[in-house]
Parts: sequence; C-alpha cells; structure tokens
Amino acid sequence: MGFQRLVPFGPWNWLLLLVALKCSAASSDLNESTNSSTRHELNARFAAASSEPAMTVSVFALDYDYVQIPYEVTLWILLASLAKIGFHLYHRLPGLMPESCLLIIVGVLVGAIIFGTDHKSPPVMDSSIYFLYLLPPMVLEGGYFMPTRPFFENIGSILWWAGLGALINAFGIGLSLYLVCQVEAFGLGDVNLLQNLLFGSLISSVDPVAVLAVFEEARVNEQLYMMIFGEALLNDGISVVLYNILIAFTKMHKFEDIEPVDILAGCARFIFVGLGGVFFGVIFGFISAFITRFTQNISAIEPLIVFMFSYLSYLVAETLYLSGILAITACAVTMKKYVEENVSQTSYTTIKYFMKMLSSVSETLIFIFMGVSTVGKNHEWHWAFICFTLAFCQIWRAISVFTLFYVSNQFRTFPFSIKDQCIIFYSGVRGAGSFSLAFLLPLSLFPRKKMFVTATLVVIYFTLFIQGITIGPLVRYLDVRKTNKKESINEELHTRLMDHLKAGIEDVCGQWSHNQVRDKFKKFDHRYLRKILIRKNLPKSSIVSLYKKLEMKQAIEMVETGVLSSTALSVLHQAQRTQESKRLSPEDVESMRDFLTRNMYQVRQRTLSYNKYNLKPQTSEKQAKEILIRRQNTLRESMRKGHSLPWGTPAGTKNIRYLSFPYSNPQPTRREVRVAEFTDNEGSDSELPPVTFSTRSRRGWRKETRDTIPMKSLHRGGKPPNFGYQRNMSPEEPVGGSRRAVCRPKPLFHVVDEEYESGEESEEEAPATGSRWSSEHGPSRDHHRSHSPLLRRK
Amino acid sequence: MGSRSSHAARIPDVDSIRRETGFSQASLLRLYHRFQALDRNEKGYLSRMDLQQIGALAVNPLGDRIIESFFPDGSMRVDFPGFVRVLAHFRPVDDEDEGNRDPKEPEPLNSRMNKLRFAFQLYDLDRDGKISRLEMLQVLRLMVGVQVTEEQLESIADRTVQEADEDGDGAVSFLEFAKSLEKMNIEQKMSIRILK
Repeated sequence: MGFQRLVPFGPWNWLLLLVALKCSAASSDLNESTNSSTRHELNARFAAASSEPAMTVSVFALDYDYVQIPYEVTLWILLASLAKIGFHLYHRLPGLMPESCLLIIVGVLVGAIIFGTDHKSPPVMDSSIYFLYLLPPMVLEGGYFMPTRPFFENIGSILWWAGLGALINAFGIGLSLYLVCQVEAFGLGDVNLLQNLLFGSLISSVDPVAVLAVFEEARVNEQLYMMIFGEALLNDGISVVLYNILIAFTKMHKFEDIEPVDILAGCARFIFVGLGGVFFGVIFGFISAFITRFTQNISAIEPLIVFMFSYLSYLVAETLYLSGILAITACAVTMKKYVEENVSQTSYTTIKYFMKMLSSVSETLIFIFMGVSTVGKNHEWHWAFICFTLAFCQIWRAISVFTLFYVSNQFRTFPFSIKDQCIIFYSGVRGAGSFSLAFLLPLSLFPRKKMFVTATLVVIYFTLFIQGITIGPLVRYLDVRKTNKKESINEELHTRLMDHLKAGIEDVCGQWSHNQVRDKFKKFDHRYLRKILIRKNLPKSSIVSLYKKLEMKQAIEMVETGVLSSTALSVLHQAQRTQESKRLSPEDVESMRDFLTRNMYQVRQRTLSYNKYNLKPQTSEKQAKEILIRRQNTLRESMRKGHSLPWGTPAGTKNIRYLSFPYSNPQPTRREVRVAEFTDNEGSDSELPPVTFSTRSRRGWRKETRDTIPMKSLHRGGKPPNFGYQRNMSPEEPVGGSRRAVCRPKPLFHVVDEEYESGEESEEEAPATGSRWSSEHGPSRDHHRSHSPLLRRK
Repeated sequence: MGSRSSHAARIPDVDSIRRETGFSQASLLRLYHRFQALDRNEKGYLSRMDLQQIGALAVNPLGDRIIESFFPDGSMRVDFPGFVRVLAHFRPVDDEDEGNRDPKEPEPLNSRMNKLRFAFQLYDLDRDGKISRLEMLQVLRLMVGVQVTEEQLESIADRTVQEADEDGDGAVSFLEFAKSLEKMNIEQKMSIRILK
C-alpha cells in the first residue's frame, strides 16, 4: 500500500500514540505500588480525601486511575476511527482487504504498546460484558439491515445452508480434531470429545460479511449475496446456542455418563432454544411497532423505543435460556417494516446511524482486544493442533458447501453455479465471534484453554488476512471472463449503454416471486397487521417540501456550475463539422477512455449493497437526482414551447444538454405523454401550474377509482395541461431506506387506486420508487383546489 | 384481488408467441402477470404512461429510450405479444437452441445479431440505419454527468464515431457497430437470467 498515503493520518496517529505511551508509562508507575482493583483505589482516594486533610492544596495533580478504564477504551476507539479514516482515504484500499484486517492491525499495535510498557489492559472482555453489551448491537445491526424480500424468498436455502452448515462444520471439525487428539504422538490426550466439539462449534462461527465490501464491485448476483448475508446472520446465533448446550454438557456430566437420552435432549433443546428465541423476537417486534404508532408528537424517543425493545427482547430471551441472538434478529426483522413507516424521517436516519455506530464500536473493541491479546505471554503454541485445525476448517467448509448446495440446487429455480459455491466456500472468514467465544471459555473446564485461544487466533488471522485479501481477485477472476483492459472507447460506451439497458429491462420485468406462502402472508399483513401497526394519518411531513427544496437547490447548482450557456448551442448546430477529425495518439485515447469511464453514470445497482462498516454514501442519489432533473427539464421545455411532445422541433432551446430526449426526432406522432411539471411555491415558474402529487399509497387498497385523462383530450385548448406529478426518488439505498422515502409524500387528492396484486408488484416498485404519477382532473376548477393545499402546506 | 387465474390458456395466441419468442410456458405466464400488473386500467395494452410508472426507469439515464423501444413505429400501444417480443431479445442464449435450429426459420429474437440490433436502435432514433455523430453525441450526453463540458463530449463523440467508422461516411452503420463490438460478450451482457 502506498506509504505516502499513510501520511495524512500519520501525524495524528503518532500524536495519539505518543499520548497513549505517556499515559501508560505514567500509569504503570502508579500501578506499581497499588493494587489493581480500581474500586479499592477509588475508595482509598475518597477515604484519603475525607480523613486526612492534605498538607497543601495541590494546584496541579494527576489522577489517572480514576479514568483509566473509560479513558483507555475511548482511546482505543478513537485510534481505530483514525485508522479507518486513513484506510478510506486511500480509495483503493477498501477494495483490497477487509476493514477487519485494519482493526486487527491497530489492535496489535496497541497490544504491542501495552505489552511493551507492561501495562495492564482494561478489562474489556469478560463474559458478561461481551454477552450483554458487545454482542447485541452487532447482531441487531445485522438483522436490521437485512433486506427482507430476498431473505424470505431464499429462506429455505438460507436455513438449510446456515443451519445445517453450522452443525456439519461444528461436529465435523470437532470429531476430526478428537481423532487427531487420540493419536498419542501429539500429546493431546487430555482433550476429550466434548472439549473438541465445543472448540469445533466456536471455530465454525463465520463472519463472511466482512469480506462483502471487498468484492462488492464485482456485482455478485442477489442470491449469492443473500446466502452470505443470511449465513452471517444465523451463524452467530447457532454457534452460540451450540456453545451453550455443549458447555452445559461439559458442566453436568463426566464424559462417560452421557447417554443417548442426553443427546436427544440436547437436540430438542437446540430446536427449542432457537424457535423460542425467534418467537420472543417477533412478539417484541410487534409490540414496538405498535408503540411507534403513537409517537408522532414525541418523535425524539422513537429511536429509543426501537433500541430498547430490541435489547429487551434479547434480555428476556436470555433470561429464559433461549437464544437471545435469534430473538434480537427476529425482532429487528419484524420491527423494521412497520417502524420505518411510522417513525419520522429524522428518527429513521438516527436509528440507522446509531445502529451502525454501536455495532461498529462493539466490533472495534473486540478486534482491538484480539490484537491486544495476540501480543502477550499467554499462548500455547501447539503445531499439530493448530495446523490440523486450520486444515479441517477448510476441508469441512468445502464439504458442507458442496454437499449442501448440491442438495438444495435440486429444489431451486435458479441453482447456484459452481462459481457461486466457490465464492461461498472462500468467504468463510472467521471473525470476532469465534475469538470471543474462545476467550470466554471457562478455564476451570478447559485446562488447555490457551491452546484453544491460540489456535482460534491463528485461524482468524489466516482466514481474515489471506482469504480476505485474495477473495477480491478471486471473485473478479471468476466473474469476468475476459478482462479486456484495452477496451476501445466504443466498447466502453456501448457496454455501459447495455448495462443501463439491461438494468432498465430488468426493471420492466420486475421481480418474480412464486411463493404461495409469501402471498398469503402479504394478504394477511395487509388486511390485519398494517391496520393495527401503522399510523392512521401519516403526518404531513416536511419531506415533500424538503425534496422540493433539495431539487431546486440542485437545479440552481446545475445552472451555476453546469454552464447553461448558449454558446454550447452554437457549437452544436454545426452539425456537420467541417474540420476533419484529428488523429489522436494512443495516450489521448487512453485518457479519453478513462475520462469517460469516470464520468459516466453508474448503472443502478439492483443487487443489494451492504457494507458492514459504513452507510452508503449519497453519490448514487445525486446521480439519480441529476437524471430526474434532466428529464423534468426536457418535459418542461417542451411544455414551454407549447409542444405536447418533447421530440418536436428543437427551436433553439437553451438547456439542450440537460434534456434527456433529443429534439430531432422526425416522427412527430402524437403520443400520450405524461407531462411533468414542477413548480415550487416561490413561484419561479409562475406561468406553470403548481404541482400536485400523489403517490401510490401503500395503504390505498380501497378501490377508489382514479381518473386518468389521456393527454389528447386535454390538448384541445392548446394550453399546457395543468397537471403534474411528483416523483419521489429514493434509489439505491438499502431497500428499507427506499421504502422509507417512498411512502412519505402524502396523496393530496386521490388515493391512487391500487389493485392488490398477488404479490408481484408492490414489492418491486417500492424498492425503486414507489410514487406514481397521476393526472388530475382537467382544467381550472381543480386548479384552485390544487393550489390551496399546497400553499397551506407550505 | 390476487385471484388471477394461472391458467396459460388465458393468454391469447400463446402458441404463436411461444414459437416466435422461445419463452417457456412458465416464463410466459409470469410475463403475462407482469403485463397485467403494469396495465393499470386493464385496457389490454400498455401505454407509455404505464411504463413510465416504473419508478426505476425514471432514474435510468436511458429510461425514455427504453420505453420508446417498446413502441416500434411510433405506435401508442403495445399489446402483450409486442411486450414479450421486446423482452425476448433478452432471453439468455441457449446453446442447444443453436444446434437444433432450423436454418430456414428466421433467426431467434435473442440471437447475437438481434440483440445488437436492439441496442443499435437505442442510438439510431431516426431509424435511418446509421448512427450519426449527432446521435452519438446525444447518447453520450445522456450517459454522462453534468460536469462534463460540451467540448469534451464532442471530442469523445468524434473519437467514437471515428473509431468505428470504416467507410468514412461519418456515421456508424449497423455492421460497423456490430464489428466494433465483436470482442464483447453480448450474449452475456444482454441477457437476463430470469427470462429463461
């Protein structure tokens, strides 16, 4: 990686390191004399303050012990954040290696410092802290950002793969390691079967989402994405359940006393724990959705409700010895759909960002702690065990992937290719989960705990660094058959055009779901659930006026920066260039091609895009806004000229470059064109009528008739028809986000009639945009009506 | 509602459509449902308005042109066979099709040439069989952000036409277009997996 790129955050980092060093040096001096119990020191401090008055009032004193733990934790997090900033500054780096690698490196650095200064690291990781505070945010975030529609479409495959895969891996690795332990030569005879099985269960907990960012640009298909996502989601839960069951076994019985009855009980317990957790999660999800129905006047507590209820579901499930992870996941999934419609826009954004922040903090802490514990004295390096663990992890993952997918391919409409399976196999990167479980093994039951921890660390490092870094090139290699680097400009342009074309046709086709259960659920949902859980009147949110303001601002910016000049026109009208095109050198061509690549619009990503560490930046929305503004300009121009068609004679318009449709179409047939006009209340386009908008209200299932008047009949007068549309665009946010912005604009007059399709279309339109255009009634009367609510609203 | 019959017999002329487009029965059924879903007023045909209501097309830079391509020869309506005919261009190419094909029959709609023709018509709006420099410039403008200046666009358009133009007439004919893309895997680029 470019060393010069590290410089931007270098100075800060060194500064911070210096500070850390100083403080640790200082505190290590202090710690030499005192005991390591903070409370004791705290009491001593207060006792000293009250009992003996100090001889002098000290003007300046240093009390590090008081703040040591929070101080160091904060410092860790800050350090990791700075490292992340530096990581993302060099824009190619996130595509090279997963961000977790970076966190581990920072952790190792901190660990080296702590080890070097002989400092005691803060007790970040003990069992209760991990399970009560660090784990829930990570799981919540995974469940919340999961796109529900593809998840449920593939739920059979996901459950089959995640559930059985985890079990096969756990038991496979455990048993194979046990067999290895039986071999006398390795000196592992004291590790019994249960311990091996436990180790197998914790080492099989994968975190494949960490590598998703690495091959994101390769545009893997949606099914593959869902598989990886779903596995990450459920895998943690299953591993922890298995872990707990096996720990219970270890505690209760000696190895010889275990009978088949116990094993059956274990299996039953497994299922019970899993399903029970899900059940509680769903209940809490519904409760919280119901409560958000009433929070319109106090929207500041909406995020609180969301978080507290999710957390509560986790705790309640844990109380009953059910799986808290599955509970919180189910709660997030259930809650999301309804909560998103109920809460205000700002609450929604807050929830998203806060969730990301919490989970990011948790993960950072765990990884740094992992780095810290790497540099230390409590390791036991056992060559055979470690190598066999590594080997068995890969072997068993390969076995489980290929056999399970072979079976499930028989039942799928779109089977997974071998390529997909290879990618799934290779994405089996271990992460924070396995380290935590290993670290929290009770020493009393596991005398060789250090060996387990070391082995886990090795596996994590290996998979994360080696697999994480090489999976990007691997995916690109598998995906692209001919990496035709030297593409001509023609090819560049035409491929991009075809990508856009394909995306457009895919949108025309919509999503095809062929799932009876899903249709039934949707019916049930619409008929009962939504009535209970969704607010009656969505408040007149300011999203509409916000959107208008944004768009106007964008249009202004476009005019100011985008050179709305008439000189461009004169150049354009030299249609037949007299001068001969000059021959360009290859470097010119190259730079031209690069320029083109950089500046062309991105193809709309239909597949989901999930980044564990970041919320998607807004560039794609900006692009969508640009495109929409252009189209509006096109239509507005045509209206100004009095044409009903945007492709009539050009008549020297100014913003020709903003038009999405050229003017020189020599087939001026009359068409039903839906004219879009957009005015804002400032009246900048005063000659045009104001906008009325209606959306396809997702609640508009009542069969109101909607009047659509074809353009022809309105053109009689020749005056511009006075209807308009409001298009709400919320493209490629994660699905939840787009649905969010979609439902905002309230219908002014008509609730657009929505015939309830058998499950095909409402889901699909919603991800893109959900709003529709509708034409209002004809001329003037309704004009007035349309004026006033608009003004009132403003 | 949602009580649409899933009987294929409800699709008019289903057999001739199948022969012409090569879709399977199941796909045709799904397409028919989609057609009906898009057809808001159950008119039996789709108008431009219906297609414009697909939100994602509005943020597609080529959205308008894609919608146009469904209405050949400037008609105002597209019925189900026409709808399917356009989508048939995006059927994945089946290798077995090629082997069993009767050479006397017309080329299937999803052949490479037909796919290229479909893409070609997105450029060539006036249907004169050539992409003029102006048309290329227009497409470029659609596809490029507003920060690109006019001069840059023009030079790119010049270069593009110049690269592909072999007979020196300043425009790109269909054959020249196809030739410039001969190294490209069109069959994969212009195929949609679910349209089997």
